[in-house]
Amino acid sequence: MADATVPLTKSGFDPAALATRAAIIVAVGVLATAPFWASRADLRMLMEALSFLALAQMWNLLAGYTGLISVGQQAYVGLGGYLFFALAMFAGIPVLWAIPLAAGVAALIAVPVGWLAFRLQGAYFAIGTWVIAEVFRLLAAQFPALGGGSGISLPVALAKSIAQTRGGRETVMYYVAFGIALLSVAGVWLLLRSRWGLALTAIRDSEPAAASLGVDVRRVKFMVYIATAAGTALTGAFIFLQKLRITPEAAFSVTEWSAFVIFIVVIGGLGTIEGPILGVILFFALRDLAADWGTWYLIGLGTIAIAVMLIDRRGIWGALRARGVPEIFATRRVLK
Amino acid sequence: MPFLTLDHVSKSYGALKVTDDVSLSLDATETLGILGPNGAGKSTLFNLIGGTQRPDAGRILLEGVDVTAQGAAARCHAGIGRSFQIPHPFVGMSVYENLLVGSAFGQSGTDGAARCREILEETGLLAKANLPAGKLTLLERKRLELARALATHPRLLLLDEIAGGLTEAECQSLIQTIQRIRDRGVAIIWIEHVVHALMAVAQRLVVIDRGRIVADGAPGQVMDLPVVQEIYLGIDADDQAA
Repeated sequence: MADATVPLTKSGFDPAALATRAAIIVAVGVLATAPFWASRADLRMLMEALSFLALAQMWNLLAGYTGLISVGQQAYVGLGGYLFFALAMFAGIPVLWAIPLAAGVAALIAVPVGWLAFRLQGAYFAIGTWVIAEVFRLLAAQFPALGGGSGISLPVALAKSIAQTRGGRETVMYYVAFGIALLSVAGVWLLLRSRWGLALTAIRDSEPAAASLGVDVRRVKFMVYIATAAGTALTGAFIFLQKLRITPEAAFSVTEWSAFVIFIVVIGGLGTIEGPILGVILFFALRDLAADWGTWYLIGLGTIAIAVMLIDRRGIWGALRARGVPEIFATRRVLK
Repeated sequence: MPFLTLDHVSKSYGALKVTDDVSLSLDATETLGILGPNGAGKSTLFNLIGGTQRPDAGRILLEGVDVTAQGAAARCHAGIGRSFQIPHPFVGMSVYENLLVGSAFGQSGTDGAARCREILEETGLLAKANLPAGKLTLLERKRLELARALATHPRLLLLDEIAGGLTEAECQSLIQTIQRIRDRGVAIIWIEHVVHALMAVAQRLVVIDRGRIVADGAPGQVMDLPVVQEIYLGIDADDQAA
């Protein structure tokens, strides 16, 4: 073993890499055992935080790597929620299976929707996605079987099919949320470490250069759009299982599913995996702190977001990285 | 059959014709130098050949196949590798990863570690392989443009002003690098203001002015043409005659 003061790379002993690995294991372990130590209220808050983490990872993958700024991802949150209710209530699909199935169907619907949205560029794309989400909201109100404009509750029998006791249900639901969040973080990480990660990072840094090196920019962007639609719908399906009730307003809320999610990603750090994680923690801490502020809370959030963009647009994680904090989710390929 | 053919290609920005009815063909192992004053439309020509921009009129053929409608990625797959005049490094990646993009998605599509190492060595970037590309100096960024284009395994290499700002020694080593690439049978089109560098490598010279080809031929002959001396060296043909 070489002198411990000499930092070795790869095969050698690397304290920073070991520490981050330990931190990941501890964090995952703490979250994985939450039903055993958290109160019912805490567990519910954690489920919500994990849902927002998954939504933020998806929005970040889309905006942070492909530069597609969508303010209409609530289209897929709501679509996932409504498809989940429809599949569970009318197609007789077991509740827990209806969640991934809703995501699959949403991905299929995202193909023609994406084709339409991709006709638009830049700011027009952003506005277009919002308009599409509004169309989805209006359409959702047109199905009387799904409660029309006033919404619908999940029948008690279906909720009980998950587990008989309330405690048992909450434990199962918690693990669904935990699984979805884990999938979103690990999925993005694995994607970035793959060949496609090279393409995505290249597109993030320079589109013309990526294209000239053989990256089919448009195709990669479209694939990412479909993948994030699926992930967003998966999360949306879970969110409305947890809420046990869905209305068009709640399902397609631009404030909840776009503004808050964008806030999380922007303050945490766009175009990084760590950023959305930091952002979620900060968002929930702020929300707790400002629970009684009413409207001022939203004004406060907006102010913080603008301040972060003015001070350091790379977000908190970007600023930390620039000050030498090592990355947690390493994607770097090293030439040995 | 020529490797690349431009058939009456034109491109305008509003009223300004930056490429004006250009016809040009290049053999599969030819080395062509392009000269011309700033704003003559040289880089636009590369954007048209590389597929970054589409022409308003005319056709672009690769080995006889019309690729006018194809984008940059498809042109890369067809064997065109290019450098940008203003370097576009992927700043969030290491130098090595910049090359990996080219080797993973370019014409070869193979695992690149060994080949990337060769290219980094050839272009003098091996010592910087694992550094973030954002940390490179301007000259290193220009070398990265060349290295990255080579990583795609091109059959035609488009080089856009990569010799500017080099010392004489650096320029000599760059010339040697490009000669080696040429001798491996890669076709090259090189836009450059450093005339002696072009003369050392190119078998043929084209001079462009205001979007038009004004001279095309063997380097020595082209440089002696009055029209070239007038445009490029600022010598008025009448003065010279007088």
